[in-house]
Amino acid sequence: MTELTETLPATAAAERVGAHLKARYAAETRFRLYGIVAIVVALSFLAILLFTIISRGYSAFAQTQVEVPITFDAALLNPDGKADVQEALKDADYGAVIRQSLLAKFPDFAGQRQATREVTRIVSTGATDQLRSMVMSNPSLIGQTKEIWLPVEAPVDQLMKGATGRTADQGGNFGAYELTAIDQLKAEGRLHQRFNHWLFTQGDSRQPELAGLRGAIAGSFFTLFVTVLLSFPLGVAAAVYLEEFAPKNKWTDVIEVNINNLAAVPSIVFGLLALEIFLNVFGLPRSSPLVGGLALTLVSLPTIIIAGRVALKAVPPWIREAAFGLGASPLQTVIHHVLPLAMPGILTGTIIGMARAVGETAPLLMIGMVAFIVDMPGSPLEPSTVLPVQVYLWATSPERAFVERTSAAIIVLLVFLAVMNAAAIYLRKKFERRW
Amino acid sequence: MQFLALLLALLVISSLLYRMGRGRALALSTSQLERSRGGGGNLGVLHSLPAYYGYYVALWCGVPALVLIACWLIGEPIILKGLVLNALPPETKELSTVRLSLLMNEVRQMASSGDFRFASDNVALAAASQYRNLMQTSFAAMAVIALALSAAGGFFALQRIKPQLRARNAVESVVRIFLIASSTIAIFTTIGIILSLLFESLRFFRLVPIQEFLFGLEWSPQMAMRSDQVGASGAFGAVPLFAGTLLISVIAMVVAVPIGLMSAIYMAEYAHPRVRSVAKPLLEILAGIPTVVYGFFAVVTVAPLLRDIGADLGIGISTESALATGIVMGVMIIPFISSLSDDVITAVPDSLRHGAYGLGATRSETIKQVVLPAALPGIVGGVLLAVSRAIGETMIVVMAAGLSAHLTANPFASVTTVTVQIVTLLVGDQEFDSPKTLSAFALGLVLFVVTLALNVVALNVVRKYREKYD
Repeated sequence: MTELTETLPATAAAERVGAHLKARYAAETRFRLYGIVAIVVALSFLAILLFTIISRGYSAFAQTQVEVPITFDAALLNPDGKADVQEALKDADYGAVIRQSLLAKFPDFAGQRQATREVTRIVSTGATDQLRSMVMSNPSLIGQTKEIWLPVEAPVDQLMKGATGRTADQGGNFGAYELTAIDQLKAEGRLHQRFNHWLFTQGDSRQPELAGLRGAIAGSFFTLFVTVLLSFPLGVAAAVYLEEFAPKNKWTDVIEVNINNLAAVPSIVFGLLALEIFLNVFGLPRSSPLVGGLALTLVSLPTIIIAGRVALKAVPPWIREAAFGLGASPLQTVIHHVLPLAMPGILTGTIIGMARAVGETAPLLMIGMVAFIVDMPGSPLEPSTVLPVQVYLWATSPERAFVERTSAAIIVLLVFLAVMNAAAIYLRKKFERRW
Repeated sequence: MQFLALLLALLVISSLLYRMGRGRALALSTSQLERSRGGGGNLGVLHSLPAYYGYYVALWCGVPALVLIACWLIGEPIILKGLVLNALPPETKELSTVRLSLLMNEVRQMASSGDFRFASDNVALAAASQYRNLMQTSFAAMAVIALALSAAGGFFALQRIKPQLRARNAVESVVRIFLIASSTIAIFTTIGIILSLLFESLRFFRLVPIQEFLFGLEWSPQMAMRSDQVGASGAFGAVPLFAGTLLISVIAMVVAVPIGLMSAIYMAEYAHPRVRSVAKPLLEILAGIPTVVYGFFAVVTVAPLLRDIGADLGIGISTESALATGIVMGVMIIPFISSLSDDVITAVPDSLRHGAYGLGATRSETIKQVVLPAALPGIVGGVLLAVSRAIGETMIVVMAAGLSAHLTANPFASVTTVTVQIVTLLVGDQEFDSPKTLSAFALGLVLFVVTLALNVVALNVVRKYREKYD
């Protein structure tokens, strides 16, 4: 090559170099472009993901309700004329109350069984509970007629939101009478989308229109409570020992390697461990937030220990030397001086670890937190489920209306995570110190 | 609730005794002083600060009681189980161990919930009420003994308070023991994982030979209810699962490595600080999204999209295709690779870059021929960690991948993975005597060993690399 260039005239050499340079600059631009493309692709995945979830889920925060003039007919509510009105109201047939009041709106359908059945299908069967609690808290309603907003069945809700069409091939499954009734109610302005408070006040349900997140949120709260209670003190203690006291020897090395490895063990393995040890050996209650919290403690402990050690390492040595100089013992030095200075960093790490634990699903499936649970758990020992598992349960439900509920549950979950991460960022920004 | 009340009572007693201990130490310091000189307080006569005497007493009060409670809680179920089993009618005792353990599970459930409505028969009902009575007696005994122990410990310690008592040293050594114990939890977790996986796996390998499990080509764990049914034995050859896991992981890596690496290079070498400060946290959001969300995304968006594209092109793409699952998993791993690569790329000393620039290399030539080779070990380590994460990832595959095992390398077909099978085998009814349930633990063991090996190699590579430039 060198000989070749030497024998060429100078201009030709310059030309070749110039051409080569051009190619090299083109390669440079291309390479740079690849980088930009990679970032754009990654970020557009994020955008598509968030857009998918939000566009599918926001509609679940509203729920179609129908305004029905409900007649609290004494003949239906207290048919036997019991003296104890509360007792009678507890067992009364509220479905019949709704049916009667609803059918009164459609005199044309009177006496037609098919029409009756289809019209009754419009209002959710869960609306009876709403009426029961209304009448029981205010028995003077008996005998009166009152306009009341009731939730509609999920298919009607989906139709009103435009998610399905009216015919079977458009995903709708309605009878002719039902459609007529819906149209009439709509024309009268009795069908409206209002805020879906059921999503936050109800537990899980087989009926999409009544399925809520209250039980899952409570379960997540209890699980997180147990996790924080255990993993924070243990994690900080382990980090303090390893960073401040541990002698540099083989044993410490083993612990360190172990923690790093545990941080990368798949979380489902921790679920297997929890199933075997906490459920089979110790016989702790299945599906309970206590066991979930224990499993998540093991999952999040390595993260907290590693974050804690980084934060402790960042405290400069002269803080310790000054404390020693004033006669503090090693433990006093750490507890009174080093730990408070490292605390913002430790807290940040802990919050990030907890945010990850809140979104963790796989180990909780192993210990049976996937059960269908309607009631809200009252303590960490009662069976319950958590938000991400609720997402999983709803995502695998066949009803169409659960797609929007799943997305709504994901939005709630992501909002929780965003709040936790924002708190971590705030802590870091507010207390960050450069030495 | 009762239990919390007991803990609360212990806390109250301990804090009370803390005040008493501190007060006693203070009283000792002043009384001695008055004897010698008279006048104001001087703490100098005490070995430790007064608070340490308080902590000393409180620890004597709380720790023995807590240790007792812990031992009691561990031992209680075993003893109670023995008592209840002994009290069973003879014909029940004769049942197989499996039936007995089922019965005991039911009894324990009923006893702890206090809800006897769903008892399967009278024997279970009687056993459950006996169990519940025993539980209550046992709790009462534990509470009384624990409280007595705490009071005794507290007063014993109060008696020992003298100015010469080395209270701080005693308290500090207790705290130190707590610190050391906390740091060993990681070890115990690992031991616990290994033991519990090994124990159940060995039981499984007694039923199904290990070579059949590791090298068998057929996976259908459905056990028949009756022995005369077709396919009653089930097949436990895990090779299709390993192949499926590998296929999905490879697809994920094909997506994640180029995108993650290129974005790391761009952010470390080219990007304006302002772009970097926006793009990096945005990328990290991808890492913070729970995997169950990715799973849902794969099911409702990516899989139908791929199926439609495939239909347009005339390729049959399954709705549970390995491709859709792998792509979404790759997206999840992008931030993992990009942040690890970013770390190692920025750790390459600038002197290497300046040398390359000095020789006339362009930026991309410097990156390709100097920076990347120098950072390669770290990047490889990061990729290995990412592979281990892809293999162990559960929720995405549970939701988006298939359930039935096919031995295929076709990315458009539906495959199943190790983690999917663990979840399907263990969600629902578990029978710890059937190979169906036990095989999940054998799969877990394989998963643990493989990810552990990958992690050890990766961490070693990364650590060696760090030492080179630090």
